[in-house]
Amino acid sequence: MENNMKKCLFKHRWDLIIIGVFAVFIIISFAAGFDFGIRTVNNFIDSFIEMIVLIPLMFILIGLFDVWVPKEIVEKHIGKDSGIKGILWVVLLSMLQAGPLYGAFPVAYILWKKGASVRNIFIYIGAFSTLKIPMLSFEIGYLGLKFSLMRTLFTLPVFILIAVLMEKIFGKNFEIKQPDSDKKD
Amino acid sequence: MWGLLIGTTGAVIVSLIFNREKTWKGIKSGARMFINLLPPFITVLILVAFVLTLLPKEILIQLMGEEAGLTGFAIAAVLGSISLIPGFIAYPLSAILIKNGLGYPVIAVFITTLMMVGIVTLPLESKYFGWKAAVTRNLFSLTGALIIGVAIALLWKII
Repeated sequence: MENNMKKCLFKHRWDLIIIGVFAVFIIISFAAGFDFGIRTVNNFIDSFIEMIVLIPLMFILIGLFDVWVPKEIVEKHIGKDSGIKGILWVVLLSMLQAGPLYGAFPVAYILWKKGASVRNIFIYIGAFSTLKIPMLSFEIGYLGLKFSLMRTLFTLPVFILIAVLMEKIFGKNFEIKQPDSDKKD
Repeated sequence: MWGLLIGTTGAVIVSLIFNREKTWKGIKSGARMFINLLPPFITVLILVAFVLTLLPKEILIQLMGEEAGLTGFAIAAVLGSISLIPGFIAYPLSAILIKNGLGYPVIAVFITTLMMVGIVTLPLESKYFGWKAAVTRNLFSLTGALIIGVAIALLWKII
């Protein structure tokens, strides 16, 4: 436990240094009546209060989502179907995951190895980067349902089109490689 | 805000009824993610506070507001393509920018490029797909993001 905490502190050392420096900046600004500093601190406090209320609630939702959603069932279907059904499974899989864009590449490799079509692989990447359910909950919370719906509805055809184009251009001999660093697992 | 509070409370209660152990595990994993996010999140808020003080609202709106048109889209696309901000931070950040006068279409371009285009991760992506496919995918995604922005700009006021 203590080791974990040390690791966590080390991982965030730059952030913690910046936060520490900022804390000193707050004290000095108010002590010296430094106008630029006070304005900055007020900007910070305004956004901090507004943001910090929502976030813990969202993470509880994401955590629950994580323990209840059976990703394995979906993964089993990937690669088997190649038609519309295949697309639906791929989109569903991508929506259930979390993580940044570069987290999608190793999964793309696995999909490729399992025999998924080039089109479905790129649909996966598009859907993974824009339709993750945990992210959508953040989007709706901060930017509203209207924005989220509109963006999602426009993004869906765009990345399907991109996937179709990618298959047209690279289709026949397209090969996804696994970088050396990942080969261990 | 209240919707989220009610939704979360409801989800926790339903989850508790079905499985107490799983619920606890879920809340714990959520809390862990939250604690891990907090330091970078506060750092971004600090940087944004400085940017908002240094860059007055009028100039921000002039550069990226509705009147800025395609210039605003271009700036948003560049920012989104080069930065590596997780969505957990990007959405609150976008909400701050909207409060400071930016329009939703520009934010859509920023969010979409942020998620689908990765200049910094291009070398990594090319290891999987090869340079040609990686660059092509990124260029297509960039174009797509701009199209999405224009589409939202056209429809936002109508709907």
